[in-house]
Amino acid sequence: MLLNQFLLLSAVLFSIGVYGVVVRKNGVLVLMSIELILNAVNINLIAFSTFWGLGGQVFALFVIAVAAAEVGVGLAIVLLIYRNRRSVDIDTLDELKG
Amino acid sequence: MTGVLAASTSFAVPANVAFAVMAVFMVAAAVRVVTTKNVVHAALWLVVVLGGVGLNYLLLQAEFVAMTQFLVYLGAVVVLFLFGIMLTRAPLGVSDDLDNSQRRLGVVIGVLLLAVLSFALVRSFGADKLTFEAYDQGAEVARAVGENGRTQAISDSIFGEYLIPFEVTSVLLLAALIGAIVLARKD
Repeated sequence: MLLNQFLLLSAVLFSIGVYGVVVRKNGVLVLMSIELILNAVNINLIAFSTFWGLGGQVFALFVIAVAAAEVGVGLAIVLLIYRNRRSVDIDTLDELKG
Repeated sequence: MTGVLAASTSFAVPANVAFAVMAVFMVAAAVRVVTTKNVVHAALWLVVVLGGVGLNYLLLQAEFVAMTQFLVYLGAVVVLFLFGIMLTRAPLGVSDDLDNSQRRLGVVIGVLLLAVLSFALVRSFGADKLTFEAYDQGAEVARAVGENGRTQAISDSIFGEYLIPFEVTSVLLLAALIGAIVLARKD
């Protein structure tokens, strides 16, 4: 197996995730796209850990833990937005634009 | 030992076939996640992508991370997403109101990013083969302590070399737990 086949797969997943973050306006769907990005990074870490030892696997585990925390807090924020505005359309959240 | 097995040609062909099948399914599912007009379907397509990522970890012989991926992502994160969809009363059927007006810009950004990344990757790594040399060192441990040697080696490095990042992660999880409760409670 080539190293690049895993790296290119993760690049494709990363780009699709970035597309999702740019295009989606439902808050939950944006969080799903962020999950795609984080998983792409994890594939990279594991692929390189076959060369450099177990550090890559350990950091992939850390990324999984951080991603779980991010989804928890992110969904709580989306829920709060929904409770205050009756919609999760994040394109309408432009108060900071002035 | 399995590293030697993976490097041998007898394992390479089925591994490559498995990878190709998974890659096609994962990319198709990921595209569906960001393009589908049904929020629940997006969460279910996400299951295919996350499961495929876990199977890729198995191909790369990271069994412990693969099992963690299945437990945490398929078991917890997807359920969290489904709860999020339910609690925000997302439209359960097809709805045309999920994308903003930047779709063309998004395609341009995605394709550009992919082109730059692939160019850099092909330039730097070309046809480098996976050697699994780091895992063969793990196999030494496996021979010394029995079957679960590689998982034991991971725990050794978490609680040895990477102890401080591990503790920081646990504090972060506690902060996220408290933060989520404070944000989501009603009063």
